[in-house]
Formats: sequence, C-alpha cells, structure tokens
Amino acid sequence: MYQYDRFDQAMVDARVEEFRDQCQRRIEGKLTEDQFKPLRLMNGLYLQLHAYMLRVAIPYGTLSGPQMRALGDIADRFDRKYGHFTTRQNIQYNWIKLEEAPDILAALAKVEMHAIQTSGNCIRNISSDHFAGAAADEVTDPRPYAELLRQWSSFHPEFSYLPRKFKFAVIASETDRAAMRLHDIGINIVRGHNGDLGAAVYVGGGMGRTPMIAPLIRDFVPLDQLVTYAEACLRVYNRYGRRDNKYKARIKILVHELGAEEYTRQVEAEFAHLLAQNIEPPIAELERIKAHFAQPAFMPGDVETSQPDVGDGKFAVWVDRNTHPHKQSGYASAVISLKPVGGIPGDATSDQMRLMAALGEQYSFNELRVTHTQNIVLPHVRKADLFALWQQLEAAGLGTANLDQVGDIIACPGLDYCSLANARSIPVAQRISERFAANGKGDTLGELKLKISGCINACGHHHAGHIGILGVDRKGVENYQLLLGGSEAQDTSLGKITGPGFSEDGIIDAVETAADVYLRERQDGERFLDTYRRIGMDPFKEALYG
Amino acid sequence: MIILTGNDLKSGAVVWWAGVDWSLHVAEAVDVGDQAASIAAREEAARRVNAPYSIDALRDENGVRPAHIKDRIRALGPTVRPDLTLKPADPEAGNWVI
Ligand code: SF4
Repeated sequence: MYQYDRFDQAMVDARVEEFRDQCQRRIEGKLTEDQFKPLRLMNGLYLQLHAYMLRVAIPYGTLSGPQMRALGDIADRFDRKYGHFTTRQNIQYNWIKLEEAPDILAALAKVEMHAIQTSGNCIRNISSDHFAGAAADEVTDPRPYAELLRQWSSFHPEFSYLPRKFKFAVIASETDRAAMRLHDIGINIVRGHNGDLGAAVYVGGGMGRTPMIAPLIRDFVPLDQLVTYAEACLRVYNRYGRRDNKYKARIKILVHELGAEEYTRQVEAEFAHLLAQNIEPPIAELERIKAHFAQPAFMPGDVETSQPDVGDGKFAVWVDRNTHPHKQSGYASAVISLKPVGGIPGDATSDQMRLMAALGEQYSFNELRVTHTQNIVLPHVRKADLFALWQQLEAAGLGTANLDQVGDIIACPGLDYCSLANARSIPVAQRISERFAANGKGDTLGELKLKISGCINACGHHHAGHIGILGVDRKGVENYQLLLGGSEAQDTSLGKITGPGFSEDGIIDAVETAADVYLRERQDGERFLDTYRRIGMDPFKEALYG
Repeated sequence: MIILTGNDLKSGAVVWWAGVDWSLHVAEAVDVGDQAASIAAREEAARRVNAPYSIDALRDENGVRPAHIKDRIRALGPTVRPDLTLKPADPEAGNWVI
C-alpha cells in the first residue's frame, strides 16, 4: 500500500502544527467560533450532538495493521474506547476534546494518516472497491489511480472552495462494490477495444435530498490523461455550479440542469484546452505510486483447502457468506462483519480494532480495508488460514456471518449522535436485526441490503437499499419512510417510497411485512430486489397499507 | 420555560445554563425568560460556552424536559449506549427521551 514520501509527511506534519496553533488561539479567545469553525472543519473536526467529532480519512478504505492499531489506541487515549466506521470508508470518533484534537492529529501523522478534507466544500476522501487488488474480477488494481487523484486533489488550490463537497469513487470491475454511479464523479477502469486500460467516467450522481444516478459522459479516457480529464470536469463545475442555494449546489444539479450532453461538451472543450497545457503528472509519478501497490508475495501453488468439520456448520456458513473470490488461487478475501445481532452498525471497540490489526498482519499481508457498508476486510487470506482466522473472530464477537444479508444493515449515526438528524437510525437497525434473528427469517431471505439514514442527507444510503429507511421529523416525533427497490451495485437504481411513514415500532413491522411479501412471491433464484422489480410496488403496498 | 444550552468550549460537553454557571445536568437548567440572548452573548464572549442557543422546555415532577427529542438526547447521551449516558446505571433512562 502507499507510503508517504518526505513531501507527504512534511505536509501532514506542518498541518498538525498549524492546527495546534489555531486551536490554541481559539481557546485563548483570539479566534471567534465563526472564524475558527471553517478551520476546524478543514481538519475534520465537527461539533456534534454530544461533543466534538473527528472524522479521520482512510484513503480508498485501505489500512495497514499499525494504522488500524493506532486507530484503536486513539480510541483509548482520546475517546471512549470505540470508533465508528462510516459509509465513506472513514472512521469517526464521537467524544473528542478540542484541547486534545491536535494531539490526535499528531498521533495520526505518525502512522501516515490525517483528517484533512474530511469536511468542507472540497474533494473528499476518494473511495474505492474494498476488494481492490484482490478481486478475481478486476481488470487492474484501481487504488494507484485513486491515490493519484488523492494527491492531485489534496490542497488543490483551485478546488478548495467548490460550490459544495465533492466525492469520487474509483473501481476497476464490472461488479460495482463502491456505489460508483452515486458519486459526483464515478470512474470505472475498463479494458478498451485495443486492450489498453482507460477510464469510463460518470458525472453527476449522488444521494441526499435529490438522488441521481450519474450518466456516462465519456466511455474511455486514456489513463495517462485521467487527471487532466478530472480537472476539466471540476473546472466546469467550479465555474458554473450554483453557489446561491446550497441545496442546488452539487454537481448533479448542474449536470441535470445543463443536460449531460451540454455538460459533456463543455468538459470536452476544457479538456482540449488543458491537454495543451500539459498538466498531467509524469508517468514516472504514476509508476512510483503503482510500485506501492505491488502484489503481495502470495504462496505459489497453494491448493484449495477443505473446511474442517466443526460440527455445527457455523464456519462453513461464514465462509460461504463472508468470503469473496480472490484473483490468486488458494486465497480469499475475508469480511469481518461489524454488524452483530443487535449491535451498532460500524462501531468497533479499541480492543476489536487492535485484534483486527493483528489479524491483518498475521493473515493478510498487513492489509485491511474499510467497506462503505461499514465492515472490515482482510483482503488476502490463505484459504488454509480461514478456520484459524474465523475462530479468533468468533471469540471476539466478530464472526457474524451475515454479509449482504438483512442483518448487514448500513445505518448512519442518526439522532443518537448527529446534529443534523431528524430521527434515530441505530435503534431501528438494532431492532430489525434482532427481529430477523429471533424469527429465523433472516437465514431464509438471502441477499437483502437494508440501509437507514436519519435524515435526507442520506449518509446511510437509504435511496440505494433494496429496502431503505429514511428518518423524518413529524412534529417533533420520529417517523420513518420506507423505500423499496434501490441498488448501489452495477444495476444502480433509486428506491421508491411506499407511502405514508411509520412509527418506530411500525417500521420494524413494515420491514418484516415487505420481507414476507418477498418470501411469498419469489421465484427460483430471485433476490428481494429481483422480485420487487418483477412484481412492482403494488403487492408490497397492499400488504403494508391494506 | 425557556432554557439555554450549548457545548463547553474545551471539552465539547453538552451544558445547560444553571443561573450562575453551566451544568452538565439539564435538571439544573433555569428559566432564562427573555434573557437568553444576552446571557448567551456574555458567556460566549467569556469563552465559557460554545454555540449557545435557547430552547423550549417543560418543568414537571420529573425535572426539566426539553421540548424536542434532539435536546433530550443531548441531555442524556446516546440512547443506544446507556453506559455512556449521564445515567449509566438506569436502564430506563432512555425512555425519558422518547
Ligand atoms: S444522514 Fe443525516 S442523520 Fe445520518 S449522519 Fe448524515 S446528516 Fe446525520
């Protein structure tokens, strides 16, 4: 994985000291909150419901063992012994003291991490496929390109004050595991007709108040022009994106209002102009970055290992659900679920973080990934080691076998932590996972992606859930809208609201009712989403509202 | 009643105006009547509080109860982590929020 060079380290270290000085000046009263707020936000420090919250960037979700261990240690030293992994593949700490924030940034800098550009109207952490570099179906490892874009976008002076925040996703497989088309810019690295790799570029997707699926604006950008093309996309947005209305300021609105064709025409004109300026980083820089992502030294000739019989079959179920095919025979990617039955989706204790760090070091070539679904991946595990790995996970409460099942719920922090929330998300997730574990239906439903947001900002990706739940405020009382039919995979679609909202108790019943309709109506091999797409909304409405 | 709340500047902890100082406990919040803006301005200038704002609340036999659920959650702590609330030993404390 990428390691800082002296420029990266110097930049991050300098930023820590700058922020230390800013915090000190705020505490001494030399800066007002109005002056300080944009400065702290540039360093990922929010003021949330109960305290300051620090959002730490995890570039494209990739972490080393020492980095994960440092995150656990920070949770112990500066927070309340846990952290929350987010749908942006980042981690958030919920109980931060302003006076300690610079020390946390210093501790992060020691392991080549920071919180820069995790807030504000700038290019945010770039997300990617959590199986990148390991997936059997990728055409290349997308992370060197994500890293190149990260370096290009870090402190980019022209794009520090965009009309609104801006999010990239970079993938390199037909299967989309990063909600690519629901980003401001989605890049899919593909193989062209002549065998060369290039980028299919999608612009103007997003969730939030006005969800949109990004249209394809160019099917093939040569990879040695990728940064130039991204610059052209951003320039048109920076020039014409609306700044008068924050709800219309995202690039999706610009692309929608101009029309994809006209936006593309403007990007192509800007691209031609920029190509002549020769702004693309030298190939040598891309090669330097790529060298950091060299394939680990997999053991050659490793044979498939049969699973040991442990009697109750739990391990076999975990292998079936929580491992993913690897490009190297004899290896698999293992997903550690942070969704135990009744647990808080995405939360991990400091002890669990340290354990996962050690397991990443022992079994996965010192690599871990954070998924946008709030789980952790050990990307390169020998199949022969899976049983030993699973046993340790089980013992630590991390062996839940529910990947992409109804219990593997995405939930944003919601009203339990977030000052923008209308309703709580986490208790709803907990109760749904408990309900489906208790009634045994969870095991019969197969793939069912359930996503919950506590407000229209959609951090919990509710638009893209096979079943989505949106918390709203109805005269001071929590209320929940139900959506069906969303997907953030390669068959991207946006969920539709079923009808009037439900109380907290009502939404748990409503989800079970929707699941029952599926169980009644499904045909061979159909997932919940397939059945919904075949039979439409009416049977679900009928069951829900009678 | 109208009560005043904000966050402690250094720790970020949720605090309530208790008449002469800030308290961690909403039960100690006092009615600020029409003085909210002036108290908030004075206390913020003195850096004893960050981002203060006033809210409606009710006083009854159980103490002071903010009108909106958001402020009740601020007053108690996250409902999903009773161990981290101001009443970790009271499993029923979360019911006060709803
Ligand atoms: S969706 Fe809303 S409630 Fe949930 S984390 Fe985002 S802003 Fe907060």
